[in-house]
Order: sequence, then C-alpha cells, then structure tokens
Amino acid sequence: MMRRKPRWWLYIVLVTGFVAMIFPFIWMLLGSFKTNAEIRSAPLNFFPENPTLENYVQLFGRLDFTTYFTNSVVVAVFVTLGNIVFSSMLGYALAKLEFAGKKVLFGLVLGTLMVPGVVTFVPLFVLTSNLGLVNSYPGLILPFLITPLGVFLMRQFILSLPDDIIEAARIDGASEWRIFLRVIMPLCGPAVATLAILTFLGSWNNFLWPLVVATSEDKYTLPVALALYSVGQNASQYGLMMAGAVVVVVPVLAIFIALQRYFVQGIALTGIK
Amino acid sequence: MTWIAWGFAAPFMILFVVFMAGPIFASFVMSFTDLTTRDLRSPFNVNFIGLENYLNLFQDPRFLKALSNTAVFVIVGVPLTIVLALLVALALNNGINKFRTVFRVGYYAPVVTSIVAIAIVWKFILQPDGLLNGFLSIFGVSGPNWLEDTTFALPSLIAMAIWRNIGTLMVIFLAGLQGVGQEQLEAAMMDGAGPVQRFFNVVVPALRPTLLFAAVITGIGFLQFFEEPFVMTRGGPLDATLSTAMYTFNQFGFGNYSYASAASYVLFLGIVVLSLVQFRFLRQKD
Repeated sequence: MMRRKPRWWLYIVLVTGFVAMIFPFIWMLLGSFKTNAEIRSAPLNFFPENPTLENYVQLFGRLDFTTYFTNSVVVAVFVTLGNIVFSSMLGYALAKLEFAGKKVLFGLVLGTLMVPGVVTFVPLFVLTSNLGLVNSYPGLILPFLITPLGVFLMRQFILSLPDDIIEAARIDGASEWRIFLRVIMPLCGPAVATLAILTFLGSWNNFLWPLVVATSEDKYTLPVALALYSVGQNASQYGLMMAGAVVVVVPVLAIFIALQRYFVQGIALTGIK
Repeated sequence: MTWIAWGFAAPFMILFVVFMAGPIFASFVMSFTDLTTRDLRSPFNVNFIGLENYLNLFQDPRFLKALSNTAVFVIVGVPLTIVLALLVALALNNGINKFRTVFRVGYYAPVVTSIVAIAIVWKFILQPDGLLNGFLSIFGVSGPNWLEDTTFALPSLIAMAIWRNIGTLMVIFLAGLQGVGQEQLEAAMMDGAGPVQRFFNVVVPALRPTLLFAAVITGIGFLQFFEEPFVMTRGGPLDATLSTAMYTFNQFGFGNYSYASAASYVLFLGIVVLSLVQFRFLRQKD
C-alpha cells in the first residue's frame, strides 16, 4: 500500500470530480422543493426561494405514486427472495456436491453471463403473452427470479467454506438438505447480503421489461411511471418531475450509504455491479 | 448423490431453461424466420427465410447508422471512463485518508441510481435554457441545444454514461491497486524514477489484468447502450443517438420480431468479438 503524504492537487482532483458526480443529485433535490415558475425563472436560483412540498403532495395525491411505489417494492422483494433461494441451492450443489453433468451445467449458466438483455427480449415477451401474464405481477417477476451472476457469487463464496464442517455433519448423519439449511446457509450471511442488495437494486431500477409488460397504470413500477410522465402532459411540470426522481433515487441511495461495504464486496467477488 | 444434487439444482435450472436458455435459443431460431407479431396466433404461417433478415439489416442505412453510433460510443466512452476512474482511484490511493468514504460514496452514487430518474435531471440541466447553458453564459459562451443538435447529442450522452460508470471502475481499480508492490515502487524511486515513470513502469504493468477486466466489462456495458438515448433523445435528432439496442427495441415495437432477433444477435456477436479482441490486445503487450 502506498501511504505517502497526500498532496494538495490530489484533493483538488478529487473534490472537482466529487462535485461533478453529486451535483445532479443536489440539483434534483433542490428542484423538488421549487415551484414550477421558479425552476423556469430566467436567472436560475440555486436554492429554492419559497421551499414547498406541493410537488410531493401532487405526486402522492393527484398522481398515483403510492401504487407505483408499492409495485416496485413487491416486485423487488419477490425477485430478491427468488434469487437468494435458487442461487444458494444451485451454488451449494456446484461448490460442494459431486454429480454427473456438473461441469456442463456450470458452463451453461456462466455462458449466458455475456448475453445481452435484448437477445432474450423478444422470445420472453412472446412467452409471457402466450402464458397470459402481460400486465401481471408474475409477468414482471418470473423472468428475473434467477440470474447467472447470483449463482456465480454464491458458488464462489460457498467454495471458500471448509469441507470439514460438511464432513462432520455427514458423519453425524445429517441429510444434505439439513447440512445446506443448518450448516451452510448460516455461514453465507455476507454473500447473501451482497446478492440481496445487488438484486434488489437491479430490480428497483429495472426499466425496459416493466415498460413493456406493465400496460396499465395499476401495474406501473416507479421508473416506468416516471418515464411515461416525463414525456406526457406533466412533462413541463419540472418540479413535479424532480420530486418523482427523488422518490425513485433516495431509497436506493439510503440503502447504498447504509450498506456500502456489501457493494464493494459484491464487486470484489464478481467484478460486476 | 447425483439425485440429491440435481434436487438442489432443479429449481434454478427449470427457471433458467424457461426464461433464459430457451429464449436465447428461440431468438436465434427466430432470426432465420419471417415471424412478426401477426403470426403469434397462427404459428404455422411462419417460414424459414435463411439469412434474409441479416442481409436486410446490413442494407438498412438506419441499422448501419446505429452500428456506427454504438461504435463511437464504445471507442470514445470506454477509454475516457477508464482514464478518469484510474485517476480517481490513484488519487484516493495516494494517502487520502480524510473523507475517503465520502469520496467513495459520491463517486459510486450514480452507479446505484435509476437511469430514468437521472435522465430526467440531466435533461433539465442540458436543455437550451438549462443550468449548463446558464453556467456557460457567465463566461459569455452561448451553449447549444445539447440534446437536439446532431453534433452535440451523442457527446452529451457519452458524457452522461461516463459519469454513470466511473464508480464501478473506481472500485475495481482500488482493489487492483492493492496488488501493486510497495517495494517495487520504492526501488523505482531510489533509481530516480519520477511519478510519471513510476506510473507507466510499475503501476500499469501490475494493473494489467485489472485494466483488461475493466475494459471488457465496460465495453460490454457500453455496447448495450440503450437507456440513455431511449429516455433522453429517443434516438434522435435524425438518428444521431440511435444505438444498436435501441434499433432492436424499435423493430420489436413495430412487431418485426424475427428482424429484431437478428439485430440482437448482431449485437451479441459484437460483444463476443469485442471481448476476444480486448483479451488479445492486452495480452500481447506482455
């Protein structure tokens, strides 16, 4: 590790970059408390002159952001649970059990890591519409219950656990399921936390699929609602749009700031955000 | 034993086959047919038409425009993101202890943020009477209509994508810098090597695997450029920001399912080729 005396120019570089990075967030937050007239006023005010909660009142009153918020939470919770359960099970089998077809299976799952989302998009939509799942929670959730990345993360983590504890449990006569639930999973806390955060976040921010599958307002997730309002009749309501952006962004920023070490860990384990 | 193991694997694998592997295969098969949205109720009207979709793609000037936009996006965006993220990581790694966490959180914040929300904010910043042009006017510069100008629209979106991706690479580089040997750096310093020489002769070689990794994942991400143009410009003005993924999505929207599948496979091929080339390129320098 290099630990020399910091030079002043380092701070200049870092602070300049830092301001550029967070400025849009500050602007968004301040804008959400401004009236529409103030945002459009010719010399731009940085701080709101007469801070108002009117934008938020409209968002959850006139517009149905309570529903969109609930939809986003429901979808993200199920997607996260699915990923934890299914990835842990397969991850355990791949890391600690010997079975025919294991290598092929792992290769197959890893091989899909590089496949871009647009490739599966069309057949997934055809499938979803044939199953009658368009504009339903299952239609929003099912395609995202598994991710190759989740398996990769869980497998890597479980590989690092010592075999002795499993052997000891086997000698005690524990079944594989019992070992998985009582021995392995309790040790997987950090990996599960990382996976949970990454999946929740991915689902919360997911845009393209819900945009196509949620066809009526009562199934919109937050990003879909925000995107559609931003080009609709509310497009010129800048303050309202800023408040909408705050509602989408602030929960994940709060989660991120509270649990940031798990994000860093996730990147270290998998290399992918 | 095999049966028990497959019991653990089965739930994932069933979902995987139905929602991942199956669609990937189906998309490939579809790309050689003339399937459109009208055929969904009468699947027997679908014919195999060989490579026709692919041939049509490469004769469509809009697709070629989308390919070249995507290429510009990758060629300009990836190196700039890497350089800026490396700069931040090096600065943070050089004995910055005060506010280290604050810096890290700030640089990483755009990564975790919804692109839709961020696009809305950026749109307000970039519009003709927006914040950026207000700032420029202080210096007597009258800024363009960034997102509606064929020259400035793509660079504006590239800047936004760089802003959004610096955080990921910063974290990866910070991890990579842990592996740079302190003794080697000190030895180089003893030999009278300045900071620039130390960077190119010690730090860069030690970081090569990290740089390779960063280039590949950023390249793969940038090739799939979609949400920025979708939310900010709809691919306009005059297709100046139309990307390959957006073109694919538009064709899907028109109901040209098989044609969209073919376009998505061209993108997939691009990702595979880019990864292989970058591997080769960075390996050979050893």
